[in-house]
Amino acid sequence: MARLEVDSLTKSYGSVQALSHTSFAVEAGEVFGFVGSNGSGKTTTMRIMLGVLEPDAGEVRWQGRPLDREVRRRIGYMPEERGLYPRMKAGDQLVYLARLYGLDTAAAQQAMERWTTRLGIGERVGDEVQKLSLGNQQRVQLAAALTHSPDILVLDEPFSGLDPVAVEVMSEVLREESARGAPVLFSSHQLDLVERLCDRVGIIKNGRMVASGTLDELRRTEHPQWILDGPAGTSWVTDIEGARVIANEGSRTTVEVRRPGAEQQVLQAALALGPVREFAPARPSLTDLYRDVVSSDDPKEGER
Amino acid sequence: MPRSSTWSMVWLVAMREVRTRVLSKVFVLTSGLFVLAIVGGGAFFAFFGPDSQDASRLGVTSDAAALEPALMTVAQASGTDVEIERVEDDAVEEKIRDGGLDAVLSGSLPDVEVTVESDLDSALQTVIVAVVQQEALAGEIAELGGDPAAVAQQVAEAEPQIASLDDEEERDPAQMIAGFVSGILIFIALMGGGQRVAQGVVEEKSSRVVELLLATMRPWQLMAGKVLGNVIVGLLEIGVIVVAALATAWGFDLLDASALNLGSVAVWMLVWFLVGFVMYALLLASLAALVSRQEDVGSVISPVIGIMMVPYIVGVSIAPWNPESPIVEVLSYIPFCSPFIMPIRVALGTAGTGDVFIALALSVVLIPALVWLSGRIYSNAILRTGARVSLRQALRRS
Repeated sequence: MARLEVDSLTKSYGSVQALSHTSFAVEAGEVFGFVGSNGSGKTTTMRIMLGVLEPDAGEVRWQGRPLDREVRRRIGYMPEERGLYPRMKAGDQLVYLARLYGLDTAAAQQAMERWTTRLGIGERVGDEVQKLSLGNQQRVQLAAALTHSPDILVLDEPFSGLDPVAVEVMSEVLREESARGAPVLFSSHQLDLVERLCDRVGIIKNGRMVASGTLDELRRTEHPQWILDGPAGTSWVTDIEGARVIANEGSRTTVEVRRPGAEQQVLQAALALGPVREFAPARPSLTDLYRDVVSSDDPKEGER
Repeated sequence: MPRSSTWSMVWLVAMREVRTRVLSKVFVLTSGLFVLAIVGGGAFFAFFGPDSQDASRLGVTSDAAALEPALMTVAQASGTDVEIERVEDDAVEEKIRDGGLDAVLSGSLPDVEVTVESDLDSALQTVIVAVVQQEALAGEIAELGGDPAAVAQQVAEAEPQIASLDDEEERDPAQMIAGFVSGILIFIALMGGGQRVAQGVVEEKSSRVVELLLATMRPWQLMAGKVLGNVIVGLLEIGVIVVAALATAWGFDLLDASALNLGSVAVWMLVWFLVGFVMYALLLASLAALVSRQEDVGSVISPVIGIMMVPYIVGVSIAPWNPESPIVEVLSYIPFCSPFIMPIRVALGTAGTGDVFIALALSVVLIPALVWLSGRIYSNAILRTGARVSLRQALRRS
């Protein structure tokens, strides 16, 4: 089975616990979004996948076997901080990197041309990287991850610093690559983008994977939530047993329902006070989910 | 399956180093300037320098031909290089004006005539005067019943012993210049190349490209490739200069009278450059891996640069003038110092092949240890960006 499995990775830097038993999997042909606040362990996880860092415990597997050097060379990698020689021409640089990945000169040249054209930087291949705009540097970086037709894509914040057009191009490329059968793992802080693009999402917090699954799975909360647009304020809910106000903004109130059927009482209470313009189960966006997960204090979490 | 053999990776890295450097304007410009300076200096020396090293060309007419053996003997005894050729009586003036002869001797004893274009070269004059006087003396001796040949022999052997108060033998200026220049050249090459390696390492670290590179290869392969690439660049750099120097020296016949064996000096210089470069480059690459910003390179490699300065200064300021000085001799065996000083001693002709091989062996046995140590420091430090990694941290973490 072609899947990329991350199995209880643990890593500490001195006294700082960067990862503790982080596990998740990315299926072939799937786009997996990796979200979490700065310093939560995304980059560490990716670096371990690439063999740039050694984990203290745990392993990463591809098709059931631990990643070795040859498999790692089949990964397309985009490091978080852009890694390119500033004073080398973009085209030469891509050819060089492709050759490090094992392509011969002609194939490397061809791949460089194909991808720079595809990413809209075909005319800039003769320029030194430091002379390119940040967005274009980013495209060169993506091209560097793609020239050797990788089996797996691991991209650390591929969207940061891109203009909307570039974001579109990048999204398309990621979808194409996953359609080609590669598992695509990327991290991002742009949650709307992750929501739009990803088949599955993993939320990491302080080195632990606190939630992972499809968006629908993540939305499936223990206690359903309902949104009601009706009476202002929240005092009218307080008497209903099993219902709790989560958020209120003018006439819009989000209620968490802990007892089946309580939502009907909420609706009746609201109707008794006046017109109700909307009443629907809440479908929290990834941003909402993320905020909930990240802001909640998990007692099991232990020392960082 | 893409090939990823260990050495092909090292080679790819090395070739990138070579290409980026050799195709750079700085390299082309500095090499060009060096070649220009060497050829220009050689040409200047050849045309305006003392031409005593060139053989004087003396013509003799048939009348004076009898003097030829005596002229040769005296010239040899006095250390003057003289070439003698026969000249027809009616071609004397033409030969001097257009034929490149310095002087023509005509007439027979005692009425010998010397024809020159303007002045008679003093060395040549001494020879001719001595011969004429000797011949005149021989005539008298024979008349008095003596043996002119025996007297001539005695005269030739009577040479005063020169006792110099300064207990130094006369240095061959060509050897001194060669020693001085090789000292400077090897310093420039090691210093420049070493710093280039250090900056290259930090460039990769600060631009984070190292992370991408290390996803395809092991740290030691990257380091080995960088060192190898810069060794090739350095050999090219120094090779261009050495070839220019050899060509200039031979082309202008600058070294006819010198004991300097430029060929062997050049070969030893390349060998010492190689040894010195590998050692310093490994050291500098591993130290540079400790820091993440170009601004910090200077401070982290300064101890090593300091170590380089000592033998260099001793080498160029003491060795050419006082090659037997104990400090010069001792330092020329000590690893990390020998690459700067041994080539100078070779150029000065004060180090035998045995000395060179001993010094070389002392350095070469250190290299495996150095490879291990620097490989460890480099591998442990290269991915730790941010604050400077201490040497102890780099050594401890496996």
